[in-house]
Amino acid sequence: MAEKKTYERPVVTKHQSGIMNKFGSGPSTSVRDNIDGVLIKDLAGKFGSPLFVLSEKTIRQNQRNAYRVFKNRYPRVQFAWSYKTNYLDAVCSVFHQEGSWAEVVSEFEYRKARALGIPGEHIIFNGPEKSIEALRTAIREGAMIHIDHFDELYHIVELTDTETLKARVAIRVNMDVGVYPLWDRFGFNYENGEAWQAIKRIVANPRLSLIGLHTHIGTYMMSAEAYRVAASKLAGLAKSMHDEFSITLDYIDVGGGFASQNTLIGQYLPAEEVVPSLEQYADAIASGLFQLSIKPEDLPTLILETGRALIDNAGYLITTVIANKRLSTGRRAIIVDAGVNLMFTSFWYKHKVQPAQQPSVHTEDAVIYGPLCMNIDVLRDGIVLPTLKQGDRLVLNHVGAYNMTQWMQFITMRPNVVMVMEDGTVELIRKAETLEYLAQQEVLPARLKEKKSR
Amino acid sequence: MNTYLVPESLAVSDSGFLFLASTGETFTLNEIGKDIFKMLQGGDTREAIEQKILELYDVERATFVRDFDDFINQLSSFKLIRTK
Ligand SMILES: Cc1ncc(COP(=O)(O)O)c(C=O)c1O
Repeated sequence: MAEKKTYERPVVTKHQSGIMNKFGSGPSTSVRDNIDGVLIKDLAGKFGSPLFVLSEKTIRQNQRNAYRVFKNRYPRVQFAWSYKTNYLDAVCSVFHQEGSWAEVVSEFEYRKARALGIPGEHIIFNGPEKSIEALRTAIREGAMIHIDHFDELYHIVELTDTETLKARVAIRVNMDVGVYPLWDRFGFNYENGEAWQAIKRIVANPRLSLIGLHTHIGTYMMSAEAYRVAASKLAGLAKSMHDEFSITLDYIDVGGGFASQNTLIGQYLPAEEVVPSLEQYADAIASGLFQLSIKPEDLPTLILETGRALIDNAGYLITTVIANKRLSTGRRAIIVDAGVNLMFTSFWYKHKVQPAQQPSVHTEDAVIYGPLCMNIDVLRDGIVLPTLKQGDRLVLNHVGAYNMTQWMQFITMRPNVVMVMEDGTVELIRKAETLEYLAQQEVLPARLKEKKSR
Repeated sequence: MNTYLVPESLAVSDSGFLFLASTGETFTLNEIGKDIFKMLQGGDTREAIEQKILELYDVERATFVRDFDDFINQLSSFKLIRTK
């Protein structure tokens, strides 16, 4: 008997008249069957699906490259890992091994950094909420406290007075950098003179040493020019402090916010074509800072709290096809086992999705739904994918930032997270949640344990 | 027995290109889609198509039955066939 032909699902695709197929079609869909050489099927086979996977190699490469890019343009550079972007211990530790300090925005994050062995003087404490207790600890441990508002400044003054301690502080400054909306809810405003007021009050207090200036102008900033403006405004403040109070700052911290290579929903061109490169951001910041006209030996250190641009491309999500479905319009829908409760960034990004097995030649426009019984559970809309079977795996790319911190336990549990190490081994870095783990936190009142109410 | 009606104004090329003259719409079929469509045009019943495909392709009956239903749904949603 003649050899049978290889099977794939029969499909018919309608041509869209007039519109160019912007996704490309047919066999151009790329396959990702491994992450740093470890097969997707082995990863999912051993650790289950869905599964978050982080690449140690990529994190280190990102951090080393970013350091080099900035260091080539400005003599003193220090990165501080933005914990909220991804605060899994293993991830933070890779950044710390690469020389990054910690940038935290809550007491919990502060304690996490301390538990990882980061000394107070290498922790930047940002954010609008710092409890008295947290401030006390931070002051005692010599952390860099970035003051967000006057009420916080008064708390610090009180604490340093009653305990005769000295605090190392900076202020967060918000400003108009030509990008809207303005992030004016954090810190002291530059244009209306509030920032200068705050500086004067701090300088007048001998228990406070004003060691830096900080700004964070926004996240996923598509304009490098905005950073030049931000850096030059901070440089202007630093210059005035120098001239008026003979204060030489230890550092200027321009925050985070560089865009990663993820395409936003509603953005037509792919991210690679519209997002500034690290070099462009660095050029802009260095050119802004060089307005300092300060002696080279007195130049403040440039601190960067880069988050997403250093971790997004180091994270992957492996997910499995549960079912194929036709919508009433004839459109193809794919249901997978990972929902938006794990993939917060699906609300803003058109994540690149790749099949993990050799695709069929035939592709079709589709929408990818998660397993939640909720209408909002759309992982990716408007994507051209080859035909897939139940059990096939898909890999979502560039998911390293914010998902593993903003995820929630909702309808399904949070899955395992593994790290593919530089030597090709795989380490489990966060265990999947279980019913028992969740039940630990719940308390069922005794009277509700009775089978039936009277 | 299940058979299907294919509009007369429909032409299929050997490469699987479909042209619906009545509306001017065009479609592409993959290889197996084209095979099945030709059988539909020839008036084959569902059972006959199933039989032929299982002989031609390396596939389990259960898988094909499910995919065939989906294919028929796709074709109907594009008004490329009607169920008799
Ligand atoms: C104060 C501060 N620094 C750094 C970051 C990291 O930002 P990104 O991930 O956009 O680089 C954030 C996040 O919004 C932040 O609020």
